[in-house]
Amino acid sequence: MNKIAHSPHAHAPVSLSRVMALVMLALTPATLFGFWLYGWPAVNLWLVSLLAALVGEAFVLRVQQRAIRPVLMDGSGILTAWLLVLSLPPWAPWWIAVLGSLFAVIISKQLYGGLGQNVFNPAMAARVMLLISFPVEMTTWIAPAPLSSLHAPGWLDGLAVTFASVHLDGMASASLLGHVKTEFTRGIGLEQALSGYYAPLDALMGSRAGSLGETAGLFLLAGGLFLIFRRIITWHAPVAMLAGVVVPAMIFSAINPAHYAGPLYHLLSGGLMLGAFFIVTDPVTSPNTAAGQLVFGLGCGLLTWIIRTWGGYPEGVAFAVMLMNAATPLIDHYVKPRIYGRDRKGVSITAEPVSKES
Amino acid sequence: MKLFKLRGGVHPVGRKELAAERAIRQFPVPERLFVPLQQHVGAPAQPLVKVGDRVLKGQLIGASQGNISAPVHAPTSGRIAAIGDYTAAHPSGLTAPTITIESDGDDAWLDVDMPSDPFALSPEEISIRVGAAGIVGLGGATFPSAVKLNLSRKNNVRTLIINGGECEPYITCDDRLMRERASEIIEGVRLIRYAAGASEVMVGIEENKPAALSAMQAAAAGTEVKVMAVPAMYPMGWDKQMIRALTGREVPADGRSADIGVLVHNVATAFAVRDAIRFGRPLVSRLLTVSGGAVAEPANLMVPIGTLVEELFRYCGGFSSQPARMVLGGPMMGIELSTAAVPVVKGSSGVLALTRSEIGSTQPAPCIRCSSCVRACPVGLLPLEMVAHIRAGNSAAAVAHGLKDCIACGCCSFVCPSHIPLVHYFNFAKGELMELERGKLKQEATKKLVDERIARTQRIERERQEAAAQRKAAREAKERATKQAAAQTISEAA
Repeated sequence: MNKIAHSPHAHAPVSLSRVMALVMLALTPATLFGFWLYGWPAVNLWLVSLLAALVGEAFVLRVQQRAIRPVLMDGSGILTAWLLVLSLPPWAPWWIAVLGSLFAVIISKQLYGGLGQNVFNPAMAARVMLLISFPVEMTTWIAPAPLSSLHAPGWLDGLAVTFASVHLDGMASASLLGHVKTEFTRGIGLEQALSGYYAPLDALMGSRAGSLGETAGLFLLAGGLFLIFRRIITWHAPVAMLAGVVVPAMIFSAINPAHYAGPLYHLLSGGLMLGAFFIVTDPVTSPNTAAGQLVFGLGCGLLTWIIRTWGGYPEGVAFAVMLMNAATPLIDHYVKPRIYGRDRKGVSITAEPVSKES
Repeated sequence: MKLFKLRGGVHPVGRKELAAERAIRQFPVPERLFVPLQQHVGAPAQPLVKVGDRVLKGQLIGASQGNISAPVHAPTSGRIAAIGDYTAAHPSGLTAPTITIESDGDDAWLDVDMPSDPFALSPEEISIRVGAAGIVGLGGATFPSAVKLNLSRKNNVRTLIINGGECEPYITCDDRLMRERASEIIEGVRLIRYAAGASEVMVGIEENKPAALSAMQAAAAGTEVKVMAVPAMYPMGWDKQMIRALTGREVPADGRSADIGVLVHNVATAFAVRDAIRFGRPLVSRLLTVSGGAVAEPANLMVPIGTLVEELFRYCGGFSSQPARMVLGGPMMGIELSTAAVPVVKGSSGVLALTRSEIGSTQPAPCIRCSSCVRACPVGLLPLEMVAHIRAGNSAAAVAHGLKDCIACGCCSFVCPSHIPLVHYFNFAKGELMELERGKLKQEATKKLVDERIARTQRIERERQEAAAQRKAAREAKERATKQAAAQTISEAA
């Protein structure tokens, strides 16, 4: 006996794996640029992270006695690891990537019930776990050493960096946000801290110390616009998040430029671009409606700016996203679309009496 | 004139090119016709003929029952071969009361009276004739048209909207009808306007049917009928969507379109009204589209009601490949046919034989809350939340999220990247709620019966006791009397 098929008897040419593949495609330019900028250790870290996510997810599914293939094939686990590794220092040791990926797919995702059930963005939850547990490894940055340059480590050196935690001399550096924060604690003003350390053009191109994939602002922007164009994401959450950072930055830098950095500095540093286009657009952990996504994105942006400006950590994207993830069910509860023929409260509208004249 | 902004909707691949250029053809009357007694919303018709009776084409064979119902007529001349259950158009192959007619091959019409000037009839008379002709909403809703006309006059409807949306993929019958029978449709539209007492009349046609648009505009020139292009999107043919596009107004959730002074009819209904009023011909055939990737030669056919779907496929050259699924209606809202041996009814706009690739994958994956369904929903619902509640067995929460406002258009299922059959869940939950309400009514009835029974047994017991007490009293009185009498006798003797 055939199973009864319900309408519709047609389907749009979309699938989960296609969605995930398009997001990965959008991430590719920024990732390749990160590989070029930070060399072989970055490639190693990326590979290790993706592999760990696959193994970790397969392990959980095996324990749960669920089919492994369809879940691994949907690409969501790989995407999670990919996003995580882009937020890691490119020369971090291999076990940072492994721990992070396992935490992301096992604890942040599968233990909540698998794809679609998690409250927090798995990549951001894993990054926060790593940052709190291993602050040294997570804040050891290196200056860019493009693969084409002379001082770039070779393939073997790269393996040593990733798998034996070998430190290469003269490469250590600090991220822009970290540098400014440190200088502030020494009582050095913004202008002085930035001089010789910050060139907007370099920041735009991503040629500076930072996480593997988050420095390439232009590439991330291009990837994000591609996803909006392909209707995988909508503009609401990204624009709201950028506005949430830019607007207070403009106001405060106008009031006191010696202490508060301007909007461009904020836009092109840290994980803001990655967060705005690839993290707050995570469908699972963001609100359902366009209006809800505006609220959500704005909250993420504001919290990011607040943590960067007054918080103890130099960067706040991951914390801001997790805080707003926790608020998502609340936003969804209050921000709902209006149903046809009803008002916002769900009460049927009343028809104006019809008159015969005219 | 300005059009109003619409919400939600999807743009499925039209596939209308399969049949759009195929001119209307008359389907030859088959040997046997199977005419179900219920082809409309409301009470089924009551059979008026016996097995063996001879009938003429257009003769009344099933009478309308109650306020909301419609009569059925013989689609051709011949002999009544059977009256009984026959497979109906239902996914599970349920049966329904059906009159079977053996055609005599003459296709001879009943003598009918034709008014010399239909507009000389009173609006009430037109309503009566539309009702007597068995006309129902031919867009698929199959609501008795006369009921809508009467309601419109009662509610002082000002605007008549004629729906030429035809947004379902594959289906092209309204398109062809508008291209080839535009002046007939316009006459029907004017008759409906007159019967409903509307002052303004607009025909909305999707802009992806330019030939139909220009034919209708030409036919409407010089009349009060305004023909307008509306955006091509699904579900443009949803009456409330058409109302929103043309008037910018919304029908209250608890009300009808008549409440805001609007009446909506389909173009095919207007065509049928004209046939009924001008020629006195009841609704005994309809135009439908036979299409789909598995059909050898798709067509638009004028088909007698009661023709079996399998005969239509055979007439269209059979299958070019084994169909993966047969559908009655369009692919978005149509129902699956488990067998092609089911009759065409008044509401059938098309029959499709689809290939595997046309249907697409049906393997569901977890919901990723992407809210594609929220953006697609023309009603403004949260399909993903409703499904989550239904899956958890909490239909009441789904109702709180607007389950009863769902029109089952299928947009959410269509766009879901996880291929979750959302509409299937909604219809399941609606059925469950109906079952629940029926159960509640039954429970109340049972409780009433039980209460009555308890009262009755108590009353009987009380009466029995009273009677026993009476008997006892009577016996005692008698005994006393006997004793007294005995004592008297003794004393007298003494």
